[in-house]
This record gives sequence, C-alpha cells and structure tokens, in this order.
Amino acid sequence: MTYIEFLQVHGGRMADGTVLTVVQFLLATVVAVAVAVLFGLMRLSRNPAIRGAATVYVEIFRGTSLLIQLFWIFFVLPIFGLNLDKFVAGFLAVGLNMGAYGAELVRGAILSVPTGQWEAAVALNMTSRKRMWRVILPQAFVIMLPPWGNLVIEILKGTALVALISVTDLMFEIRQINISTFMSVQAFGTALIVYYVLARFFVTPVMRALEHFMSRRIGRA
Amino acid sequence: MTEDMSRYPLRLEGDDVPMVRFQNVTKRYGPLVVLDQLDLDVSPGEMVTIIGPSGSGKTTVLRMLMTLETINGGVIYVDGEPLTHVERNGQLVPANSKHVRRIRTKIGMCFQHFNLFPHMTALGNCMEGPVQVLGLSRREAEERSLELLDMVGMAEKRDEHPSRLSGGQQQRVAIARALAMRPKVMLFDEVTSALDPEVISEVTNVIRHLVGAHHLTMLMVTHQMGFAKEISDRVCFFYNGAIEEQGTPTKLFENPERERTKQFLNAVLDAN
Repeated sequence: MTYIEFLQVHGGRMADGTVLTVVQFLLATVVAVAVAVLFGLMRLSRNPAIRGAATVYVEIFRGTSLLIQLFWIFFVLPIFGLNLDKFVAGFLAVGLNMGAYGAELVRGAILSVPTGQWEAAVALNMTSRKRMWRVILPQAFVIMLPPWGNLVIEILKGTALVALISVTDLMFEIRQINISTFMSVQAFGTALIVYYVLARFFVTPVMRALEHFMSRRIGRA
Repeated sequence: MTEDMSRYPLRLEGDDVPMVRFQNVTKRYGPLVVLDQLDLDVSPGEMVTIIGPSGSGKTTVLRMLMTLETINGGVIYVDGEPLTHVERNGQLVPANSKHVRRIRTKIGMCFQHFNLFPHMTALGNCMEGPVQVLGLSRREAEERSLELLDMVGMAEKRDEHPSRLSGGQQQRVAIARALAMRPKVMLFDEVTSALDPEVISEVTNVIRHLVGAHHLTMLMVTHQMGFAKEISDRVCFFYNGAIEEQGTPTKLFENPERERTKQFLNAVLDAN
C-alpha cells in the first residue's frame, strides 16, 4: 500500500479528526484568554484574598500535568457530581491549563506599561476600571502578543491529549488507524505533518498579522 | 504617628480663600524626609514657579497635589476643601477615593515625558477625559478638543498618533488634553526638560498664552530661569524639602537674601 493509497483510504477520517482538533483548539484558546485576563488582573489586585486565590490557581495549573488535569475533569469531577461531556472536558482542561500560563503573561505585560501612563490616567481623573480598560490593557495587549504566539501553539499541541478521553480529534483517529492497519510510520507521520502545518501555516501567520495590526493601531509601524 | 487633626480647619472660608493650600505637609520615603512641614498658599489665578536643586522636593509638591503621591502629615486644600482628607463627625480623616476623585476634577497636570496615550490620536487623547470621565457626548468633546488643539497650534495633527509627533508637539497636545478637563489648577512638571532646545519655545509660548488669557491657577516646576522670571507672579526656591526663600521674580532673581539661593542661582546662571 503506497502512502497515496493510505491517504485515499483513511484521509476522510483524518480530515474529520483535524476539524475536531481545530474546533477544540479554538475553544481552548477562548477559555485560555478569558482565564488569563481574569487571573492576570486578580494577581494584581490590592485585595490579598483575591491575589492569593489567583496565585493558588496559577500554581496548581502550572505545577501539575495537563494530562492529570484532563483526567481529573473528566473522570474525577463526576464522582463529585459534576458531569461534563468529553468534548467540553477536553477544551476546558486545555484552556484552564494554558490560561494559567497566560495569566502570567497578562500580569507581566500590565506591569511593563510605563508608570507615566498610569499617572496620566490619574491626572485625567479616570476610575481605576477605566484606567485599566482604556489605557493600560490596550498597551499591555501589544506587549504580550509575541509571547502569546508561543502559548497559542502550545494550546494547539496540547489539544492532542483530549484523544485520551476519547474525543475523536486528529490524534484519536490516527491511533485508531494505527491499531487497525499497523502502518505506524504513515499514521503518525501524517499526524506530525498536520500539526506542523496547522501551527506553522495557520497559527503563526495569524498571530503575526495580529501583532502587525495592533502595532499599527498603536501608531508604532 | 497619629496626628492631632483638630488644628486643621474642615474647610477654608473667608474673602481670600487660596486656590491651593499646603498646610504643614510632610512627605517621607522611609526614613528620608522629602518635604518637611510645608506651608504654601497659591491664590486663584496666580502663577507660582518652583525652582531648586534636584532632590529638593519640588516635583513632589506637584505630585502630591495631583494625588500621585500620598502624604505623611498635614492637609492639602484645593479651592477651600480638603483634598487629602474628608470630614467625618466634625473631624478630618484620610480621604476615600470617591472624595479624591471629586476634588481632583479641579486639577490638571502636564508631565516631563508627556505621557500621551500611544494608542490614541492627538484628538483621541484630548477627547478621552471629557468623554470617559466627564461624560460629554463625543460631539461636544470633539468640539472642545479641537478648539484647544487649535489654541496650541496642533489642529492639523489631530489624527496623528503620538509616535509621529515631535517632543514639542506631543507636549502641546498634552497641554490641550489636560485643559480639556477644564481644571482650575494646572500643574507643569518640568514640561520642557525633555525637549530639544529649539522646540522649547513652542511649549513656553503656549504657557505664556495661558497666563495671559485664562484665570487658571498654575504651579510650575522648571529649570528655565529666564522663563520663570518672565511669567511668574511668585517664585519659590526649594532647598532640602522646604521653601528656603520666596518672592516676586524680580526680588528673588535680582536680590536674593539667602546664601543658598545665591549659590543656586549663580550655579544655574553659570551653566547657561
């Protein structure tokens, strides 16, 4: 069986899996961004309880393995009465985990906005909320985009783990094909190529374009 | 540590209430005393310039008034009302943020490094406060902002971002942005210190115009002695966290009484 024939027979399943991988990736990214902004802001709160809660969250999700978190959300939470569909559990676990890393990016970027910007906002008598949303975050966003480019690729690759709770993503389909055909080189070789192409030719250009667009909006380019 | 607040009036009343009063104001950074029991009144419409060597606390005076620094003792009054404190049961207690925000509407500030918002155009910078803080409609805010940009000679650059403007142009936009809030007191903190010599006059001309045309109360920290002498009603020489000497520009620059004032002026004038 040539590789072409392999693709003709199994291409459909792999395409279906790829679609699911992309959907999982997009949803996980949305969760990660929301979590990152929320906990990044909480980490900067003046209230020690809020700050502490955010620190605990970040430490737990960064300090333990994504796979274990995935299994916890899918296999352990039901014991405590919280049943999640495997599809939801999948992107949620990836998003919550990556969001913890993102929270540190958000926090760092906010802190690296020059103090003069904070002071100018005070001098215009803005509330602290307006100061954050209108002045600081737009500038922090531009600062943190390049490291987010890395993190978003990590999110894409992280979604491969959802196959282990039987979400029928690309990795799941590839493993099924491998078990039934024993064509490991072709099967996992294809997976390698698809993940690389998604990262290199879709995620990276989109992030670059976003960086470029935002730099222009801030008047730097 | 706790100060007896009963000697501070709850508000200033009478015929000649100062626009700004620092009463017995102390500022410390740890063990370092930056300002020591400062008393300073600024009358409505007065232009007061603060000069002195670096580290003398002169910028701190402006930053405390803008509430960018907290104070460790004393009370600051603006337009007769305490800024740093609020009355509770007939006593002055440290102000909450709501009170500070109400009094702070009367104060505007321009900074050494302009601090324009880089993600907004010149016009956007000027409209931000009126729209987001004062609640003006965009149309009203734009009208007000364009008028001020025109006054500072920046109307043509209304759609440029700060990164496309020179230092002098940025500072002029920053002045317009502060004035768009219609403050009663304007603070200028070394607004020409970061500028190339050939564009300093762009900014000093704008301030000169404000002195002539508005009933603004102004406090200015500067190293430009010629400009200070020309436009100030009063000059205060700060030394070591206190006012060493103050008076009209003519008196202070031409007939200083204190030895330290003479030394400072000699050193500065030599350097020029």
